[in-house]
Amino acid sequence: MAKLLNVALLGNPNTGKTSVFNRLTGLTQKVGNYPGITVEKKEGRSRLDPTTYARILDLPGTYSLNASSMDESVVVELLLNKKDKDFPDVAVVVTDVENLKRNLLLFTQVKDLNIPTILVINMADQMKRKGITLDIPLMETQLNTRIVLTSTREKMGIDSLRKAILNYRALSTEPAMDVTTIDPEYFESLQRIFPNESLYKLWLVITQDVNFSKLDRQRVSDATAFKTQPESDLKRLQQKETIKRYQLINGVLKQAYKVDLSVAVDLRSRFDRVLMHKFWGYLIFFFILMLIFQSIYDWSSIPQDFIDGTFASLSDLAKQQLPTGTFTSLLAEGIIPGLGGILIFIPQIALLFFFLSLLEESGYMSRVVFLMDRGLRKFGLSGKSVIPLISGTACAIPAVMATRNIENWRERLITILVTPFTTCSARLPVYAILISLVIPNQGFYQGMTLMGLYLLGFIMALVSSWILSKILKFNSKSYFVVEMPNYKLPLLKNVLITVLEKTKTFVVEAGKIIMAISILLWIMASYGPGKNFSYAAEIVQQEQPQLNNEQLETKINAYKLEHSYIGILGKSLEPAIAPLGFDWKIGIALISSFAAREVFVGTLATIYHVESDSEETIKNRMASEVRQDGSPLFNLATGISLMLFYAFAMQCMSTLAIVKKETNGWKWPMIQLFSMTLLAYLAAFTSYQILS
Amino acid sequence: MIRLDQLDFGVLAEIDHIDTDELPLKLIEMGCLPGNDIRLIQKAPFDDPLYLQIDTSHLAIRKETAQHIFVRLKS
Repeated sequence: MAKLLNVALLGNPNTGKTSVFNRLTGLTQKVGNYPGITVEKKEGRSRLDPTTYARILDLPGTYSLNASSMDESVVVELLLNKKDKDFPDVAVVVTDVENLKRNLLLFTQVKDLNIPTILVINMADQMKRKGITLDIPLMETQLNTRIVLTSTREKMGIDSLRKAILNYRALSTEPAMDVTTIDPEYFESLQRIFPNESLYKLWLVITQDVNFSKLDRQRVSDATAFKTQPESDLKRLQQKETIKRYQLINGVLKQAYKVDLSVAVDLRSRFDRVLMHKFWGYLIFFFILMLIFQSIYDWSSIPQDFIDGTFASLSDLAKQQLPTGTFTSLLAEGIIPGLGGILIFIPQIALLFFFLSLLEESGYMSRVVFLMDRGLRKFGLSGKSVIPLISGTACAIPAVMATRNIENWRERLITILVTPFTTCSARLPVYAILISLVIPNQGFYQGMTLMGLYLLGFIMALVSSWILSKILKFNSKSYFVVEMPNYKLPLLKNVLITVLEKTKTFVVEAGKIIMAISILLWIMASYGPGKNFSYAAEIVQQEQPQLNNEQLETKINAYKLEHSYIGILGKSLEPAIAPLGFDWKIGIALISSFAAREVFVGTLATIYHVESDSEETIKNRMASEVRQDGSPLFNLATGISLMLFYAFAMQCMSTLAIVKKETNGWKWPMIQLFSMTLLAYLAAFTSYQILS
Repeated sequence: MIRLDQLDFGVLAEIDHIDTDELPLKLIEMGCLPGNDIRLIQKAPFDDPLYLQIDTSHLAIRKETAQHIFVRLKS
């Protein structure tokens, strides 16, 4: 049987840790969540020799073991808990050759936990260009470790790393630093009380608010006696720890690390001068955004039409080839259209993540954060809110998760609360069909309307942040520290893996809901209580005997729907939504959209019994829908009112679920649900009353 | 000695002292420690945030944070 080693991959952000992970594991990666929290857990396998595999855990990027965010706590918790099934046999700390000094801080901390630790110095291909020379044997002796030089761009060093992992038993587990030197008196008294514990571990337990539920309760509560020290004292000790560690690192690097600045080529300042310019910087950012949106729409329309067409013909095929009956009907009218409704989003989501990861990988995103911080702070947001707000145009779920690197809780909360206003890709099909129905197809009207809806989303996000910033008062210090990484040419492999991973997550997560709703809708529309539903055919025939067969069938279907479960539900909602210009059928679509907006079109298709083999497309069917007075239902007033409703309403169960997780309770998602939906109702009401 | 937010572009300075209680530990861990070299690379419009090189790290902080860092000019 193959042997399995647990390997933890650690490192500062921007060191290329994920590239090393990708090179080691390729496509064997799995992405999940740590239990109970939404921190992403990435693991993969790497073959070390014919009988040994490494199970590699890519831990969140962290600057030190003094955790200040949820992502970082995950790292500390794992490294402190020997009983965890993921506890590493060996830790690999990835560093960037250019920022070696700062990166080594984390290395010395990990080593102090007595875990066998390998030091990877990445981006070694940059050494020559930057004029850096390293004395590896000297560093290995002084840091008491094994060093592997890698370059993920040149595919160098990965095999040596595999070998080093395989021989982990040869690694020293001696700590890098004697922690008692930080404050001898304090640490000696600590040692007296816990003679058998590692001092550095104790120190981590005392200074952090990480969740130690998995650790020995008694030990923690004993240690908390030391917590009674004023926080500022502990912080001063942490600062002393940092100084001591830097002294140690400086001592090592003084002899082993040389930089010849006359050789160094500085691309950074040349790029920065343009990309962060007070005028050109903003113009370039705006231009890049335009380019991204334009390509998303242009490039995704072809695969989307293809997916659309394929599923329509699949549905036909099922109906023709399979015997008529409940199952066939469920398959052709529920499951296949439902599946199509999920897959149709793939091109857009994949493209958006493609561009976002290009921006992230190249180092440009940090520059945008810098440029936007001051402006966004006026609205109670942070420069770091840019990433969630842009990601929100794909999907609010990853966008809400992307708020995690905002250190300030108030800014983070506001970002989470307003992100669902940005126009996500699920609103797009709703807008597309309504625009083509009610906005004249001449000049730039249709395109302008879509652009206007996107702008409206952003403006509403800003306006509500401003209001929230006036209401929410927390006493949290506003910390804003952004690393400006070097510019890098993005690695295609990294970008593609990100796209694949995010798309997969969307399809699985959102797909489950869309599928379930499609089936539920089919059931509710196919069954109804009482005689009105069961004897629909007889009743219609009796009332209107003059109809020919085709007309009769349409009438019967409509009558059946009206008396199905879903029809009854929609009808009961009608009084509330009539002032917005909606009838009970739209009401049904609204209800189902609270699960996920993208089911709107599919729901109407189910309700109107649009069969893909007929000449009528869903759009034509909607255009022919009339009110009791004979005027078209989808006129300008109803169309605008409906679009505004979708622009503002919180119609996404998955987003609510993620907000609940990120804010630790139902309070904020409920506030979001009610206030956004109320706003949507008022906006739709006002616009309809003015326009009609 | 001057406050960091009063430093001119491109001038090399050395961190003299910092107000520990007001600075996040993360900034200190990224090299913002007395004795390290510091240089202002760029300011965003309205002089906020500031783009700095501290030792070998490149990072951006807000003006309000910079007011707790005191530097000495290096000639």
